[in-house]
Amino acid sequence: MKRRVVITGMGIYSCLGKNLEAVQTSLYHGASGIIFDPVRKEMGFRSGLTANLELPDLKSVLSRNQRVYIPEQGLYAYVSTAEALQNAGISQDYMDAHEVGLLYGNDSSADAVMNSVDIMREKKNTTLIGSGAIFKSMNSTVSMNLACIFKLKGINLTISGACASGSHAIGLGSLLIRWGLQDCIVCGGAQEVNPYSVGSFDGISAFSVRENEPTKASRPFDRDRDGLVPGGGAATVIIESHESAVKRGAPILAEICGYGFSSNGDHISVPNVDGPSRSLQMAIREAGIDIREIGYVNAHATSTPVGDRNEAKAIANVFGDYRPEVTSTKSMTGHEMWMAGASEVIYSMLMMKNGFIAPNINFENPDEDSAKLNIPASRIDKHFDMFLSNSFGFGGTNSTLIVKNI
Amino acid sequence: MDKQELIDKVNVALAEEFEIEITKITPDADIKETLDLDSLSLVDMVALIENLCSVEIKGQDITSIRTFENLYNFIIDRMQ
Repeated sequence: MKRRVVITGMGIYSCLGKNLEAVQTSLYHGASGIIFDPVRKEMGFRSGLTANLELPDLKSVLSRNQRVYIPEQGLYAYVSTAEALQNAGISQDYMDAHEVGLLYGNDSSADAVMNSVDIMREKKNTTLIGSGAIFKSMNSTVSMNLACIFKLKGINLTISGACASGSHAIGLGSLLIRWGLQDCIVCGGAQEVNPYSVGSFDGISAFSVRENEPTKASRPFDRDRDGLVPGGGAATVIIESHESAVKRGAPILAEICGYGFSSNGDHISVPNVDGPSRSLQMAIREAGIDIREIGYVNAHATSTPVGDRNEAKAIANVFGDYRPEVTSTKSMTGHEMWMAGASEVIYSMLMMKNGFIAPNINFENPDEDSAKLNIPASRIDKHFDMFLSNSFGFGGTNSTLIVKNI
Repeated sequence: MDKQELIDKVNVALAEEFEIEITKITPDADIKETLDLDSLSLVDMVALIENLCSVEIKGQDITSIRTFENLYNFIIDRMQ
């Protein structure tokens, strides 16, 4: 029998704020977290734009022998996971006594790799790399660190699905719970923001060069968009079976009622319309809902010319003459990549639980395709009880989640 | 650099890297216990000494280094 899957806790560390409350305020006011970083220009970047993120100081929380294995994005993930567990009312005693799982989205760990290679090339002595580098540089670094720090005993896995990683982590987690294989899973996504992690991305001219106006650079769906802005941080969502949540007396915030996925089977970086459309349709079919129940769509739209255009077409095709509000929170955060699927569920949750839709800032002029969507450039105070969140990635991987208010 | 200067330099670096009170480092104290070293963090101690003193500590050497006094003497011996 299929079980209901609910969200009982959330935590976030992003350029919009270091916790849920701060992020909600930023969303409400349409604040941008984008800055110009002169260091990137000195390094030869085409664009010096990035998200403004401060490293958390965890010296008083984690021991030296725990911190030495954690890369930048793992620090963010620790903070967001601690907040999510606390909000879900899950103590260490509970995790010691139950099989709590972990599915986390991550698809790079460049800084540790770069540092190791520098030492190897300069010193020609691998011992000098130190003990932390291997654990910091593996793709599964976030899940391996969180699993050990929180002593988790259920599934322990990293989901690498490019910019849909965080969304797939939540979707796949929901399937494991729906089919009774796990009762509670820590899901999320983490993204490093150090220059090394995005140098090669900058190299393919994917980033906006509107450097004189950093907060206006990320402009999804706007006619004059010229590329994405890299962002990052971490977002954690605690999902569990409805029975488990009720038994624990946990706060039941929402229900994950649909997960859709697809692959474009097409170009490695250029998205198409068919793949995303099938992902949306599958999520709607799995949720067993009427699309008119969906009150808000959080688009993947990254502010790239082709990506936004094709997503706008896919949304318009699927929703037809029903036009719910569609926004891309990336207008404020930049593209949070491996983290984005998880963070955007949280941004949408904060809007749904607090009765507003954050503005798609910098949406000044539509293009031919975005004109077919209902995209608010200013905040809308509106109650809605269901949202759909899209996440797409390189290689044509697509993920769509539908979440219902409780 | 005389022996005491070397000892001070090593102690400061170890206390900072392994986040312990420097007063806990005494000549007779057990290195692994004092610095809370496991098989992984032991590698960091070896790397620290090599970077600090340009002295390589090989696998077979580490078994003979139990106390801080052993470590100081090993470094001084290899530096000469």
